[in-house]
Amino acid sequence: MSAIVLSNVSRWFGNVVAVNDVTMTIGPGVTGLLGPNGAGKSTLIHMMGGFLAPSTGSVTLDDEPTWRNERLYRRIGLVPEREAMYDVVTGWEFVLANARLHRLPDPAGAARTALATVEMTNARDRQIATYSKGMKQRIKMASALVHDPPVLLLDEPFNGMDPRQRLSLMDLLHTMGEQGRTVLFSSHILEEVEQIAGSIQVMVAGRHAASGDFREIRRLMTERPHQYTIRSSDDRALASMLIADASTQGVQVLTQNTKTPGTDPEGLRVQAVDFARFVRVLPWYARERGIRLFEVSPADESLESVFSYLVTR
Amino acid sequence: MNGVVARLTLRSLLGRRRAILLACLPALLLLMAVAIRWMAGPDDDLAGNVLGHLVAGTMIPLLALIAGTGAIGPEIDDGSIIYLLSKPLSRYRIAVTKFVAATGVVLVFGVVPTLIAGYVLTGQVSRLALGFTLGATAAGTAYCALYLALAVLSRHAVVIGLLYAVVWESIIGGFVPGAQALSVQQWAMSLTQRVIGDQAAELGAKAAVGLSTGVVLLSVVTVASVWYTGWRLRGLRLTGDE
Repeated sequence: MSAIVLSNVSRWFGNVVAVNDVTMTIGPGVTGLLGPNGAGKSTLIHMMGGFLAPSTGSVTLDDEPTWRNERLYRRIGLVPEREAMYDVVTGWEFVLANARLHRLPDPAGAARTALATVEMTNARDRQIATYSKGMKQRIKMASALVHDPPVLLLDEPFNGMDPRQRLSLMDLLHTMGEQGRTVLFSSHILEEVEQIAGSIQVMVAGRHAASGDFREIRRLMTERPHQYTIRSSDDRALASMLIADASTQGVQVLTQNTKTPGTDPEGLRVQAVDFARFVRVLPWYARERGIRLFEVSPADESLESVFSYLVTR
Repeated sequence: MNGVVARLTLRSLLGRRRAILLACLPALLLLMAVAIRWMAGPDDDLAGNVLGHLVAGTMIPLLALIAGTGAIGPEIDDGSIIYLLSKPLSRYRIAVTKFVAATGVVLVFGVVPTLIAGYVLTGQVSRLALGFTLGATAAGTAYCALYLALAVLSRHAVVIGLLYAVVWESIIGGFVPGAQALSVQQWAMSLTQRVIGDQAAELGAKAAVGLSTGVVLLSVVTVASVWYTGWRLRGLRLTGDE
């Protein structure tokens, strides 16, 4: 049973703060590190894996600092985000080389086991350069598992995988977590994280925004106010009905600047508090009054805004 | 030394079509040697000229540049070095292994052809041939260490290395005598000069520094560069795409 502990960790690159005062403990089981691109997930994983020193604070694995501590790699398996491997060798040679670099007593046996775990036994004698993205991901996984580490760090492992490969990797991670390993993976997709992660750590713009059970985080995300931009054949009539309905909190009529026509957005900006009700009543009202809807689009559905709501709530 | 690291390094150094590329320079040298011998017969002056300019001035620096930077640069660029660094392996051991692998490549593709070319050009295993072979060995070793260190220091190691070999050693060294004192080529030439003996200067093997200075500087640069490589690998920053 191993635990990674970050206390008051910050990391900056020149003027850019990548990780800002993060304190978290990653224990046994599967943990998802969730956040939009650029939130500092990779920086965190690099610090946990000992490839980056924290600017301030400490990153430890079982009370040992991870930075400049080569012995620690006996206990860490790392699946990097980047795809490059030693392309000229075969999958078997690559995993075997990893086993030998760990100086395992039976490198060939360990490599066979690892390849079987990721179901790559059949393709093991092909050159890595000929593998598909999913196969490369599995070989990376095998090389991280070859020394049977209690800690597994995976940086965006689901990127570029097809649904079937995704499912099988989810199964694998789930099994690893059940076995009592400390498994941490990063992702920017909530659905991926909530399917396998027992606990979730959310990062936004370098800050630790939330942590805990996925249901809690899911609730926070769906219950936040949603913004919509609507264009219709009669914006003001529609606005009057929408503001009368309990599902909205505010309706703004966007007007054209007469001096520069065509440059500003036209239509309505609606703040919906009851998302489910709002999407049901909107077409119903429009139909009743014979108003044609030209456009209904969520104004702030980007991940960044979803996550930043979590920080500012 | 680590066998697995050595094998992976050699495979990426010689894999694909790189071995052919590395063989071009020595092949050219041997072709020239055979042609000169065939047209002019054994001639020490010509041999000194060819070995001095082609081997010491061009082939060894270039081969070492390819081997030294190639032993680690591409792995750092594409990020695959993470598979070596995420192992309980001493970084210094990785550095020494990469250095030995690169030097080995220069020995095979640079030093051995030098000896053969010297033999062909002079008609015997002459002091001239041996002198340039020893010089090539020493220079190749120091260059490999230097270029290896350069490759962990900068992503532009090849360009910087070329600038050093061409601009500093050849051009500036040609005009400013003081610059020659800081030149791997000249340090190694002091060994060549000693082996050839009295005639060395006439045969184009005149070094700008004395033998002891040359040997000390070669050793210091080699050891310091390999040590620096290992030290730098301990704290190599591996940022992803983020």
